[in-house]
Amino acid sequence: MTDWLGPDEWRAVALSLKVSFWATLCSLPLGLWVAYVLARREFMGKQLLNGIVHLPLILPPVVTGYLLLTTFGTQAPVGGMLQSLGVVFAFRWTGAALAAAIMAFPLMVRAIRLSIEAVDPKLEQAASTLGASGVWVFLTVTLPLILPGILAGAILAFAKAMGEFGATITFVSNIPGQTQTVPSAIYAFLQVPGGETSVWRLVIVSVIIAMSALLLSEWLARRAKRRLGA
Amino acid sequence: MTLAVSVQHKLSGFDLDVTFEAPPGITVLFGRSGAGKTTIVNAVAGLLKPDGGRVAADDLVLFDIENDLWLPPHKRRLGYVFQDARLFPHLSVRQNLLYGRWFAPGTEPRGSFDQIIEMLGIEDLLKRRPAALSGGEKQRVAIGRALLANPKLILADEPLSSLDDARKSDILPYFERLRDETKIPILYVSHAATEVARIATSVVALEKGRVTRQGPAADVLSDLSVAPLGVRATGSMIEAVVKSHHSDGLSALATEGTQLLVPRVDHPIGTKLRVWIGAQDVMVATSRPNGISALNVLEVEIKELRLGSGPGVMVQLSFGASLLLARITRRSADALALEPGQTVYAVIKAVSVPRDAIGDAPSPR
Repeated sequence: MTDWLGPDEWRAVALSLKVSFWATLCSLPLGLWVAYVLARREFMGKQLLNGIVHLPLILPPVVTGYLLLTTFGTQAPVGGMLQSLGVVFAFRWTGAALAAAIMAFPLMVRAIRLSIEAVDPKLEQAASTLGASGVWVFLTVTLPLILPGILAGAILAFAKAMGEFGATITFVSNIPGQTQTVPSAIYAFLQVPGGETSVWRLVIVSVIIAMSALLLSEWLARRAKRRLGA
Repeated sequence: MTLAVSVQHKLSGFDLDVTFEAPPGITVLFGRSGAGKTTIVNAVAGLLKPDGGRVAADDLVLFDIENDLWLPPHKRRLGYVFQDARLFPHLSVRQNLLYGRWFAPGTEPRGSFDQIIEMLGIEDLLKRRPAALSGGEKQRVAIGRALLANPKLILADEPLSSLDDARKSDILPYFERLRDETKIPILYVSHAATEVARIATSVVALEKGRVTRQGPAADVLSDLSVAPLGVRATGSMIEAVVKSHHSDGLSALATEGTQLLVPRVDHPIGTKLRVWIGAQDVMVATSRPNGISALNVLEVEIKELRLGSGPGVMVQLSFGASLLLARITRRSADALALEPGQTVYAVIKAVSVPRDAIGDAPSPR
């Protein structure tokens, strides 16, 4: 595959995979927690939390990217503080991962929340009467039952992260090997004469990855359904 | 062990306020749907926090609202058999059965795994998933799961109501065995009189959130003032011993020095049984009838007559230490000039005693 793709193209594909992988993995625990809280708890400001989670879905991605830049840029207060701790997001691949994670977060939370809402709380009650504490009920009943939803949410988030463009390019720019993901690379190749062949190769790779993710999630969902005998 | 229950809770339409005791054996909470039965059981289980009250199993206080004491459900050591089996769909039958035991380590199992699955007849189901089980099988697994959690208290909320009659009579004997073979109190919710008559050690009759009567099953069921399900579902429960089986499809039972013929039962001769007889199925005659198809004619004494709001009269009849209820029309009662103290004859058709109204009597411990 490295022979078929040029070095710049390959770097973009590898970087996109890396960025999407870490974006998905790191946001998963938070996504699970937020989804659980939104599905099962009643509290003040629940609608506000729901709104904030969904904001990246509705805002223009460029706006999200700009907000990230003004929050996590090295000159910004939060960014400056993190920099003194050795964590830098601006113009690094980590920044691309942060932007991708935030943009994909609503999709992940929605998928997981739906699966949690589908779990009958009566089963959790039954588990508690059998001696399972809250944590054990979650680990032995809720979690196994929502696993398909978690996987679907993760795959959806991964696919979304692979395609993230607006917030990424605004926040971390378009530096080959550093922050140039597949969409940024396609954009860059379109700007130079004779870049069409590179664009086509990246388009094909994108389609293959997206289709694989979709098929994988369908397969997982079918398998989970069969396992529960539904 | 005895369970002392006191629960106060505001429900839509009425306030629940009950106090009762559940001794070892089966205590049935008996009443119409919406009388507050499930609320009581859920409060005992810790699935619902009532406005007030206290529940204690001997020394172990499950909750005491006034003293701000609340044990979470997982610390109450219960076995709860729900109306819908609530088996975990992602676990096999075996894993479902062992779920509770996993959280009760270091406790001596009340019955071994093998004994319990054999008693429930679920050996062949262990590898299956709940989705592949029938309703009756699911409920048996649910009972096994509750028992294997090694509970100090068993709760059952209408565990048979989702099953058809054939499955019901499959499962009732398991509760009869539980009642006779374990020393744990069982709190059992029901609104079916025959079920109550068969399994109850004691009955707590509920109406709109209040206890109208509590006591031994036979007393509560044949009490004229208690008709939690309305007169149509009222009846009495008598205990009898199997005397002989006949080739024409009948069995003879001996009770209070007299004989009762019922449709053939499977129990061996000498077994002590409980028989529920619906008040609607009992006729009253002032002289011993001759040339009548009904096989059972008992000489009884009228204890009490109670007028209903409709055309009916409920008559409480005694023979020996047992009580029988008869529901007749007011017109008949007037025509026959029935009054307390009078000796009359109760006529019961053998075929009117349904097979599922007969079951094992509690054996003395």
